Amino acid sequence: MSEVVHQWLLSLFSLFRRLGRGQFFLFHLLGGIPSLIPRFRLVIQQLYAIGVHSLTIVMVAGLFVGMVLGLQGYNTLVDFGAEESLGVLVALSLVRELGPVVAALLFAGRAGSALTAEIGLMKATEQLSGMEMMAVDPVHRMISPRFLAGFISLPLLTAIFTLLGVFGGYFVAVPLLGVDEGAFWSQMQARVDFFEDIQSGVIKSVVFGFVVSWIALFEGYDATATSEGVSRATTRTVVHASLAILGLDFVLTALMFGA
Amino acid sequence: MAKPTPQRKKTESTRGRGRRRSQKRRAEPLVRIRDLEFSHEGRYGTCPSLFKGINLDIHRGKIVAILGPSGTGKTTLLRLIGGQLSASAGRVEVDGEQLSTLNRKGLYRLRRRIGMLFQSGALLTDMTVFENVAFPILEHTRLPGKMVRDLVWMKLEAVGLRGAEALMPAELSGGMARRVALARAIALDPMMVLYDEPFTGQDPISMGVLMKLIRELNQTLRLTSVVVSHDVEETLSIADYVYLLSEGQVVGKGSPQQIRQAQSPWIQQFLKGEPDGPVPFHYPAEPFHTVLMGAQE
Ligand SMILES: Nc1ncnc2c1ncn2[C@@H]1O[C@H](COP(=O)(O)OP(=O)(O)O)[C@@H](O)[C@H]1O
Ligand SMILES: [Mg+2]
Repeated sequence: MSEVVHQWLLSLFSLFRRLGRGQFFLFHLLGGIPSLIPRFRLVIQQLYAIGVHSLTIVMVAGLFVGMVLGLQGYNTLVDFGAEESLGVLVALSLVRELGPVVAALLFAGRAGSALTAEIGLMKATEQLSGMEMMAVDPVHRMISPRFLAGFISLPLLTAIFTLLGVFGGYFVAVPLLGVDEGAFWSQMQARVDFFEDIQSGVIKSVVFGFVVSWIALFEGYDATATSEGVSRATTRTVVHASLAILGLDFVLTALMFGA
Repeated sequence: MAKPTPQRKKTESTRGRGRRRSQKRRAEPLVRIRDLEFSHEGRYGTCPSLFKGINLDIHRGKIVAILGPSGTGKTTLLRLIGGQLSASAGRVEVDGEQLSTLNRKGLYRLRRRIGMLFQSGALLTDMTVFENVAFPILEHTRLPGKMVRDLVWMKLEAVGLRGAEALMPAELSGGMARRVALARAIALDPMMVLYDEPFTGQDPISMGVLMKLIRELNQTLRLTSVVVSHDVEETLSIADYVYLLSEGQVVGKGSPQQIRQAQSPWIQQFLKGEPDGPVPFHYPAEPFHTVLMGAQE
């Protein structure tokens, strides 16, 4: 019994140590961002690697999510004769919730896991130690540009996801189900508020971009330097980042729309 | 004609003192380790002590070998010299500076003058051979592009791989990767190069090439070289001085000649690679017959 408690305390202790290391890591990598201004090329490279490579999955997913929303929404709304509000339904769901959340989940799975594996492998193959011995700070040189690129990419990807989702919804509603085109767009235009809706979506995606990049890079940097350690870290990135996204989404929604 | 002014006299005398000091400095070992103790941080606390009071000196311009079986902490020792790890007790001094007193900036300034060849090569996998060798130069200097290019070519020429500049690390053989890493380690003209098991896993030809390179670079660049290894013959044949490390202690030191003639049974077992001796073949365990008898019951 006391053995169990002992083990439990030890894991709690190591969890807190990890959280502490995570904080230090964050400060360390943020400290490297000013030095990136004269070398923005490093960030551009990562924007390409992280952002552009996630583009396909985000676009395809956005299109399908929008189409499904169109179909499901139509079935419900048509019973009330309110199918002309379909545009509003699709747009609000995407802008407020599904866009930021689903894009972030996809981003965690596609780019986050890749970041963790990349950094973890750099650690396992002593590339990071090697850099340290060359008097180059590996966090500033390797982690900070990736963090900044992740942080910039996700809001942009979210915007693309949302746009394609709206287009998918339109495609199902207007040509397929015969909803009136003018009503579809005009109601959407009238009821989606820039400040309340779009801004809240942007805030969410910025927060998610920060958190997912942080988790992914920290997991890679903190991974045990073996192939098994890297594979476990990659899994942890997807799990922790997804949970963080969903949890934070609730908190942010409560803060912005709860009152 | 002009009488030496007091001013001038003063500069001369200070210069003289400076020269004497630098001569004294030159006679001092480049690396001095005293009573070094160290243990790794484990997951839930400290691991058992890896070094139990090590003393060693690495003299300037020499090739010093540190030999010991796997897991004695040879890599750890190099990391302590490079300041990536810090001693639990005792002192590590490099070029007169005690590492524990240096701040991060001082440490980085020192490391610029130390090249390290990692066991795995540690080349950056997403860069070509050329970019790898250029990396430390670009990070630490603001030389114009053409000069960087010439420098990189010079370093690659020194290791015989100028023709391989466009290859990616994954396309290199093990020996070539190590030579590229060596070119990178000497890119900033260091005062010292640390070699972590340079011969491990190399075919005889690459081994010969690396031995020749270590000797030649040590002479032409006036380096100090520290070679950590468990390949006894190769290491003894290039070293000027040898330390033998086992179980956290220095168990033997001297010129390769002296080491070969040492009487200690442990040293003889290690040098000749005998399977049994002071280092037993069996990992400590219960006697086998009692285990078997126990299993029958
Ligand atoms: N980061 C670490 N954390 C805990 N133990 C370590 C770490 N690195 C090495 N060790 C342990 O220290 C010992 C010495 O390792 P190392 O210096 O790599 O030996 P060598 O290079 O002589 O083979 C080994 O038993 C190894 O398991
Ligand atoms: Mg080693």
